Amino acid sequence: MKYVILIQSNPQSLAVWETLSEQQRTDFGLGHLRLTDQMRDAGVLVASEGLGDPALATQVSVRDGKTITSDGPFAEVKEHLAGFYLIDVADLGEAVAWAARTPDAGYTRVEVRPVLDMSEWDL
Amino acid sequence: MGPVTALPDLLRECAPRVLAAVVRRYGDFEACEDAVQEALLAAAQQWPREGVPEQPRHWLITVASRRRVEMLRSETARRRREEAVRHDPEPQVRGDDELALLLLCCHPSLTVPAQVTLTLRAVGGLSTAEIARALLLPEATVGQRISRAKQRIRDTGARFEMPAPGAPLDAVLHVLYLIFTEGHTASSGDTVNRVELTREAIRLTRQLHRRLPDDGEVAGLLALMLLTDARRSARTQGGGSLVPLAEQDRRRWDAPAIAEGVAIITHALAHAPIGPFQLQAAIAAVHDEATRAELTDWPQILLLYGMLHALAPSPMVALNRIVARAMVDGPRVALTDLDQIAGDPALARHHRTAAVRAHLLEMAGERDEAREQYRLAARLTLSGPEQRYLESRAARLRPGVYRPEDGKSQQA
Repeated sequence: MKYVILIQSNPQSLAVWETLSEQQRTDFGLGHLRLTDQMRDAGVLVASEGLGDPALATQVSVRDGKTITSDGPFAEVKEHLAGFYLIDVADLGEAVAWAARTPDAGYTRVEVRPVLDMSEWDL
Repeated sequence: MGPVTALPDLLRECAPRVLAAVVRRYGDFEACEDAVQEALLAAAQQWPREGVPEQPRHWLITVASRRRVEMLRSETARRRREEAVRHDPEPQVRGDDELALLLLCCHPSLTVPAQVTLTLRAVGGLSTAEIARALLLPEATVGQRISRAKQRIRDTGARFEMPAPGAPLDAVLHVLYLIFTEGHTASSGDTVNRVELTREAIRLTRQLHRRLPDDGEVAGLLALMLLTDARRSARTQGGGSLVPLAEQDRRRWDAPAIAEGVAIITHALAHAPIGPFQLQAAIAAVHDEATRAELTDWPQILLLYGMLHALAPSPMVALNRIVARAMVDGPRVALTDLDQIAGDPALARHHRTAAVRAHLLEMAGERDEAREQYRLAARLTLSGPEQRYLESRAARLRPGVYRPEDGKSQQA
């Protein structure tokens, strides 16, 4: 079963970030690098990335065969996706155990979502 | 010298016995597995050029043993073990090796994904890249999973040993079944590799059945796979959308596979203690023997689900039993049954509960409620093809849309 661990950035998480010392921020970043390594070593990691600031986003749409782009986030939202881990594990319990090891879970919260499987079908 | 096109199949056929023979001789699974992989690689490079040797398995064992000895030498050079190693007799192939290998790959200290991966690699003879494509995972993840599983086997001190007669095969059968269901569809992006997993699961189970012909559950699993896979080409239509059992074109079912599956399950039911896989195979056989959906022997299926529920109760068995109940006693009775079990935590958020309720409501003529439940089921399922199917069921219950086939079974 594949699960994605979603890490959101929102006013709550930004407020927490403000309170962290330099050392805590460094540990936070290293915590993510270590977690990625641990997932890879355990053979569960499919992909993991931290995302650039939403200010760097480009909106893309196609109308009448023409590609139209505009800079910036989709809308002035208070929350955006900051990063994710995509893992392949036996069940939700295992996915939650990995999610609990993200540095974010200790300060705010992260979300675990199952991934749609294009192959499964009940007999 | 055999045809080169059959080479991958030949190597795959040889791999587990070669590995088992080398492991039995040298003991350490981890290093032997590496040595066998190198031998397989050498064969894949040399044989197309120089021809397949007369005794391919013997060739592979020799090369793998030599490689293992080289590794041993470099490890223990200072301890002067070379002499002992050099005079050891060559490992021989033994009948029960493959079974011992399966049991080792499904060792209880491994997680289920690790058991599946290691079985595909060591017993199935698939390369890391092939497994990665089939399981839709990065190659590095699969490689890491394999080496970690091997390390874990070493750490737990598990030994390669001949299974005692009647040793529990539950974990092995479970893993083989998972490999089968993983491949049991033609709807994912990489169709070919998925189908290959199904074939691989059937091949391995068939070998196990040949080794243990009197084991009823091994026979049951093989029959279940054959009887389910026989419907493969009728299960999907253009664009990968699913066709429910009741609406499948039964002329497209694989008649020889059905005949074989029916023969195997009939024999097993008559000669072995009954088990869950045999009952599931028997249910599949009843479906497969109906040349038209209306001819399905639902009372028989209801009876079999009752037995399965008594033997190996599970929420999914309970749901399937309710579907059968509806076909025998009508949707209203079945809806009452469903209300009684729907509070089970395993069922409350499960899409299948909503799908069954939708189906029963549709049978009872409650179109609006049925549509709502189909939509709920579509939101809750994690299967892409199933989601499309459930949405289409909801769509045909829109007010004003009338379809004469309303009320058919939605099992696939």
